[in-house]
Amino acid sequence: MKGISKSFHGIPANRDISFSIESGEILGLLGENGAGKTTLMNILYGLYQPDSGEIRINETQVRINNPVESIANGIGMVHQHFMLIQNHSVLENIALSHKDTPFFFPNLRIREKIEEFSKSFDFNIDPAKKIWQLSAGEQQRVEIIKALLNGADLLILDEPTSVLTPQEIKELITILKKMKTKGHMIIFISHKLDEIMDICDRVLVLQKGKIAGRALTGDTDKKSLARMMVGREVVFNIKKEKLERGRQILSVEHLTVIGDKGFPALKDISFDVFENEIFGVAGVSGNGQRELAEAVTGIRTVRSGSIRINDEDITNTSPRHIYDQGVSHVPEERIRFGIAPGLFLYDNAILKQHHLKKFSRRYFLKYEEVKKHAKKILNDFNVSAHSINSRIGNLSGGNIQKLILGREISEKPQLLVASHPTYGLDVGATEFMRNHLLELRKTGSAVLLFSEDLEEIFELCDRIAVIFDGEFMAILDSGDNRLDDIGLMMAGSKKI
Amino acid sequence: MIKILISDRYEISAFRSFMTNLISLVSGLFMIGLVFLFLGVNPFYAVFKIFSGSFGSFYGFKETLTKAIPLILIGSGLTLAFRAKFWNIGAEGQLLMGAVFASWTGLFLGNALPSYMIVPLMFFSGFIGGALWGMIPAILKIRFSINEVISTLMLNYICADFLTMLIVGPWKGSTRFGFPGTDNLPESAVLGLIPGSRIHYATFILSILCAVILCIVIYKTRFGYEARVVGENPDAGRYAGIDFLKTTLILMIISGGLAGLAGVGEIAGIHHYLGYPAAVSSGYGFTAIIVAWLAKLNPLLTLISGIFFAGILVGGDAIQISLGLPAATVNIVNGILLICLIMGEYFLKNKITLRFSK
Repeated sequence: MKGISKSFHGIPANRDISFSIESGEILGLLGENGAGKTTLMNILYGLYQPDSGEIRINETQVRINNPVESIANGIGMVHQHFMLIQNHSVLENIALSHKDTPFFFPNLRIREKIEEFSKSFDFNIDPAKKIWQLSAGEQQRVEIIKALLNGADLLILDEPTSVLTPQEIKELITILKKMKTKGHMIIFISHKLDEIMDICDRVLVLQKGKIAGRALTGDTDKKSLARMMVGREVVFNIKKEKLERGRQILSVEHLTVIGDKGFPALKDISFDVFENEIFGVAGVSGNGQRELAEAVTGIRTVRSGSIRINDEDITNTSPRHIYDQGVSHVPEERIRFGIAPGLFLYDNAILKQHHLKKFSRRYFLKYEEVKKHAKKILNDFNVSAHSINSRIGNLSGGNIQKLILGREISEKPQLLVASHPTYGLDVGATEFMRNHLLELRKTGSAVLLFSEDLEEIFELCDRIAVIFDGEFMAILDSGDNRLDDIGLMMAGSKKI
Repeated sequence: MIKILISDRYEISAFRSFMTNLISLVSGLFMIGLVFLFLGVNPFYAVFKIFSGSFGSFYGFKETLTKAIPLILIGSGLTLAFRAKFWNIGAEGQLLMGAVFASWTGLFLGNALPSYMIVPLMFFSGFIGGALWGMIPAILKIRFSINEVISTLMLNYICADFLTMLIVGPWKGSTRFGFPGTDNLPESAVLGLIPGSRIHYATFILSILCAVILCIVIYKTRFGYEARVVGENPDAGRYAGIDFLKTTLILMIISGGLAGLAGVGEIAGIHHYLGYPAAVSSGYGFTAIIVAWLAKLNPLLTLISGIFFAGILVGGDAIQISLGLPAATVNIVNGILLICLIMGEYFLKNKITLRFSK
């Protein structure tokens, strides 16, 4: 790619970017949220057209107008959110996207091919299984097979590890290294420095749409990459003060909740969270974290057991009542739950608070107050947006997350339920978020933190619960050396 | 080869929005012209006739305003429902139910009460009738997840047949010489007209008031905010603690109730008795869907779009008489315009570029 530029409504997303990749090479693409990584890759994949610049494959200039043409040029992409049909089998999903699929009996010849690829790369996938039965890691492998079957020499992976467990990440890395030895090219988009250092041969660092630096991973270290990425030194170590925990805020007793599929997602769970405490729930996603967060915030019905806030029973009361007791919630899927994308930024800044006296008088909303509040959040939480009058759907994911966090903690909650608050955020924003959580802890709030990022859990939490299959395998103080076995507990093979 | 590229358009300016609507309308008129050509009529003359019939003369304009009353009432109510993505296709039935309730009040209480009591009472009962009929699909949707498009549409037929049953059966008037229909409403229950026209001014004023008030409701109130959030993203609505049943019920009470008021106007202002459903309303409940859409779901703008479509209805009558075209021609006109407006919406939200390559 040479001299690629692209702007949206006058705002440049990519400015004069050039890079190349050779056979058998893994190129890391590193950058903060909104640095232009995804835009650049979407151009390569034919989803966007560059304003200027050219793409050359094997020294010939090509024009890629749509994904079909990019597949024909040997480019495959695995998106961050998988493009699979949940109720179809692996085989059917692959046949659907395959270019040579016959019209009649489409599944026949594909099966052999899948098995062939499975063997050569150790994919280990049963083609007859339905997609919803697979873990995130397995689904990702299906996506990779899809791309390979279509003859992809160059594979683009957009934040591939963000949905995987540590074990699955290891397996992915093995697969990628195998592909590399067979001459495939891989572009690996990430903002996790460790992975980039681990997997990639070369790194391209983007910052604000421009190339901020390039390096061979052999010649560089994490610190200098981080500096290139954010343009300043990042403090990786966050200072956590020792604090005595205060009185009990949240008390959960014998909680049982039914999940979406009709089976118990939480089985008889009990725990408490206190003032000045961050209580972390570690575990592989899908083991009941979402159901727990939803039960505490009132979105999901509780089958049995009780939830109390400040000694008041709030089991199965309305989300609004629970909010009024001082419980805020940073939801897991922020675009799905946290915002109304077509409404203005200021509308979204009060999404849960619009009923408060501060913002509404009788039946009317006080829009002046609302706008003032929105501006304050924008300032205090470094949300970069055109203005409070822009539609929130146009903001980047990181900025939406900052707005949601700002909205949820600006009213000084007694308890903050935060689900994966730094998921998908870059280094700078992650640090910012974590410091805000610690600030909340210092000012006397309780935090119930769900995270898959163990580093985050260890860094922030006073006590850590490990959840597996709807049960707590252990609740330990953060200093406890039994936490060395946290991996085993997350996998369900050890209970304390 | 020509390539068509489609991409999202993020910021939409008011000017672009206005122009898109204008172009949609003009291209709609062009297609309507083709229809006229096919019918063997000079299309320019026909389109000219439509608009001169409705806006070109004082008499025509008075008729246009008369027909605009129900369109504005229903259309502004529909903007609220559509904002919350509650696709109320049942305004026709809600209008008829309003007419039934109002007729009952007028027929059976009209002789006992003075005008200043019976008229408000009729409006009240008409509102209740439309609102009750509107609440059914709301409850069905929230409690039993039944698609509101189907339920509101089907309830139209139920209501129309219920009304027919009343006028051929228990409510059949003794002064109708055996024809279906109720007796005329007593004098006290008939709405006053602006002299020299058929404009029932009470409803006319009411329709303007409703459009203004609904505009405030949507943009300035908590309820309007909640309705918009629910429409934009129901999951976010649940997360924000919005009570879906309550919100949907209120908005359907308003939307259905306003359609009911339109029914009161038709009965007490125009017909003065309850006749066949097709006579009570000439499809206002459906035309109002286009009215709300053309108004970009802004209740205030239904004042304009309502008058515009009323003009087409009146003009349709005019060409029926002067050009001898079938009465259904005007439905074709409406249908084509709606399709063009919806297509315009697509061009507004998506940017289409053509690329020529060798």
